[in-house]
Amino acid sequence: MAKVHVTTTINGEPMEFLCEPDDTMLDALRGPLSLTGSKEGCASGDCGACSITLDDRLVCSCLMLAVESEGHEIRTIEGLAQGDRLHPLQQKFLEMAALQCGICTSGMLVASDALLKKNPDPTEEEVRFWLAGNLCRCTGYDKIVRAVMETAAEMRAQ
Amino acid sequence: MNLVTNNKWIGQRTIRPDGMDKVTGRAQFAADTTMPGMIWGKILRSPHPHARIRSIDTSKAEKLPGVKAVVTSKDIVDFPIEKGAVMLGIQDMRWMCRNVMARDKALFPGHPVAAVAATTEAIAAEACNLIEIDYEVLPWSIEIDDAIKSDAPVLHEFNKFDGKPSNIVGRLEHKKGDIAEGFKKADIVIERTFTTRPVHQGYIEPHACLISVAPDGKTTIWSSSQGQFMVRAMTSMLSGIPQSDIRAIPAEIGGGFGGKTIVYLEPLATLLAKKSGRPVKMVMTREEVMRATGPTSGSKSTVKIGATRDGKIVAAHGTFYLQAGAFPGSPIRGAAGCSFTPYDIPNLLSEGYDVCSNRSKVAAYRAPGAPIGAYAVECVMDEVAERLKMDPLDFRLKNAAKQGTKAAHGPVFPRIGYIETVEAAKASPHYAAPLGDGHGKLRGRGVASGFWFNAGGESSAQVNITEDGNVVVTTGHPDIGGSRAGIANICAELLGIDYRRVSVIIGDTQTVGFSNLTGGSRVLFASSMVVTQSTEKIIQTLRERAAKIWEIDPEAVKWENGAAHPVSPNAGQFEPLTLEQLAEKAPAMGGPIGAGVQLNTQGADGGFGTHICDVEVDVDLGIARVIRYTAVQDVGRAIHPGYVEGQLQGGVAQGIGWALNEEYIYTKEGKVDNPGFLDYRMPVCSDLPMIDCIMVEIPNPKHPQGVKGVGEVPLVPVMAAVANAIYNALGKRFYALPMSPPKVLEKLESADAAGCGVEA
Repeated sequence: MAKVHVTTTINGEPMEFLCEPDDTMLDALRGPLSLTGSKEGCASGDCGACSITLDDRLVCSCLMLAVESEGHEIRTIEGLAQGDRLHPLQQKFLEMAALQCGICTSGMLVASDALLKKNPDPTEEEVRFWLAGNLCRCTGYDKIVRAVMETAAEMRAQ
Repeated sequence: MNLVTNNKWIGQRTIRPDGMDKVTGRAQFAADTTMPGMIWGKILRSPHPHARIRSIDTSKAEKLPGVKAVVTSKDIVDFPIEKGAVMLGIQDMRWMCRNVMARDKALFPGHPVAAVAATTEAIAAEACNLIEIDYEVLPWSIEIDDAIKSDAPVLHEFNKFDGKPSNIVGRLEHKKGDIAEGFKKADIVIERTFTTRPVHQGYIEPHACLISVAPDGKTTIWSSSQGQFMVRAMTSMLSGIPQSDIRAIPAEIGGGFGGKTIVYLEPLATLLAKKSGRPVKMVMTREEVMRATGPTSGSKSTVKIGATRDGKIVAAHGTFYLQAGAFPGSPIRGAAGCSFTPYDIPNLLSEGYDVCSNRSKVAAYRAPGAPIGAYAVECVMDEVAERLKMDPLDFRLKNAAKQGTKAAHGPVFPRIGYIETVEAAKASPHYAAPLGDGHGKLRGRGVASGFWFNAGGESSAQVNITEDGNVVVTTGHPDIGGSRAGIANICAELLGIDYRRVSVIIGDTQTVGFSNLTGGSRVLFASSMVVTQSTEKIIQTLRERAAKIWEIDPEAVKWENGAAHPVSPNAGQFEPLTLEQLAEKAPAMGGPIGAGVQLNTQGADGGFGTHICDVEVDVDLGIARVIRYTAVQDVGRAIHPGYVEGQLQGGVAQGIGWALNEEYIYTKEGKVDNPGFLDYRMPVCSDLPMIDCIMVEIPNPKHPQGVKGVGEVPLVPVMAAVANAIYNALGKRFYALPMSPPKVLEKLESADAAGCGVEA
């Protein structure tokens, strides 16, 4: 099979890459694009470790074909910080020990950012249901939920 | 946040050294690296639960364009069974060599039988399909009851129990007093039988590695594990490459919980790399993780407890059968050794049986065996307390182990904190709070306690002062839950400098001294001992150098707030010499400043916890939800409270999953039927409440900072606490896990209110 040429935007930068027609977006990110911050925990859309946004919509990159990114805008964990300035969620996760092993952290942060863009004042229940697609086996979610709630409060106050 | 800058770091919620890499996607886990010329390895696995391998023909696979190497068990160093055990830690290499690749028999569906390396993953997978294996399919058993039948198919013919070939491959007992006499004194005796299903550790990162073997045999392993030295040693033993030629580099590890304390891929990738002359990368799929790694044992336990009317336990007997899977080695020591340990019981017999069956070889899972045993014991404790009309915490207090109690597994306890955990639970706002209205759902509260041994063992550290007067600490343990943050706090505290000046890294096998596994809740306990001693040596050097500069006695120099000072005005009037100044002067004053210490650490005291759980049961749907949870634990000293709480919260979440949903389901062909996260139902964020932590700090007197292991205890009491809460809600007791919706509905609809227990 011949490779497919894809033109897209990743974290604000125009990008081109070659992929197999059946490569997932996650394959493309981790392979030719060398963006290994998105993780593969299941390849079936159940763990959320590969969460990215496609035109601001939260998706599992393992469930999306790489070719589907043609002409669209992809954001990954690598685009969350602005230069050397962390996103408030990243800073809060660090301060509040909202990560342990870190394998789910990229996906958690991307998903949490998507939540706060949509709903800047979520209830605990809304945070918990929004993040229900992102598995974490280390933390019991307590500190993650608290970090998201506290970030939201701080961002609203600014 | 309570970040402080007063140079007092122990007990502060500092930012973990590896945190920035993990929130920005920079951290490199096992599957995140590449090497020039890299090719891909894939494993062919047995589809059968039990089959003799008559022959393997790899010729077609070898001819497929793109295939660079094929390996089978012939390529792996054999450890013949008849030559006796060759132990590496708790693993017998006779079983490890057969677990990484089946030799004469395949013993579970998913057991590797061959491996291929090819230029792409797709070609490697295609080549696996071209390998022809002639299997003689054999009868099999998975469940304990089936495996211990007299006519059960025996996995390992050499093994005898009571003189006959058997799947019972091990037994241990802990004994104290005389249970027959003890039970005679009891006014109340309750005996129950419990079962639990196999559950997986559930780390989100699948096993992966990338390995290069140069033509001279020099080998570089990049993989995530709970011990780079274990990876090196096992790979060496199974490949024949000497340890000095293998550099095992620890990638960041995406969760382990015990499941990454053995190797699966590394020996195979090493042999493929050696044969092909190319670096080989192997990454398991989630399905492979579920079929062929871990999980912990399924179990069948019978627990009998006898007490007098005034609430004193006079005798107890526990019998714990644990599934080892394909090879001997289930955690009967944890089940039999930990379950009764919170209590001072004069007459006790605790027995464990290790049972092989045709499922994947068991791997350690957080306090291996102890949660299984505690589930049975703590549920019976709840029933005895109920019968005695005693508060379950008061019943535990009345029988609590304390300093001087002789535990059945051997030790006489030093100062321990068990009683304090029960008292703190009793005094907690949670225990005093009303259950509240469930609006049609039934609510209940349960409690349970638990114990885990904790471990010491070998650790090494090197602490170096950089030329600009900062600090680099290298230790040898993969950091699985925040141990680097704890080490930074301790080293900064000792040196009296800002913790951000201390960089903590995990060395590879060729750059730091031998360090045993990240396991047994040992890492911060052991590594802080070697880091403390190394740092003390450095402080001694710094004092000597200041003394030399000042031309006074080193004894007249003290180290405080990151600088050398004269101990008193009598010693002389000198401006303090800071770490930076002494580092700058180092070349002229005797050279680089650094120290390393290597120890076999001793003095890891066991840990105790007591948990309170509130549940709410939807009786129409059978769904039980945990709505409030408090974990109390004697943590020794919380060096970094955020990550200590994290251990407690994470352990509780895993226990709630084990209690309510997680289980291996097998098809009638003996294959795992739910090898993915959709059907193997681990707790998600919306399943859980906040998990409250009460950290009781009874410092360990045998540790410089008072550290006790904390990582494993939090899983031990959980299933019993949840089960006891569900009983409190429904008035019906469960004797089997998981208490998933279908099982809850079945129980609610059954007429048998007492459950399946046998009452004496």
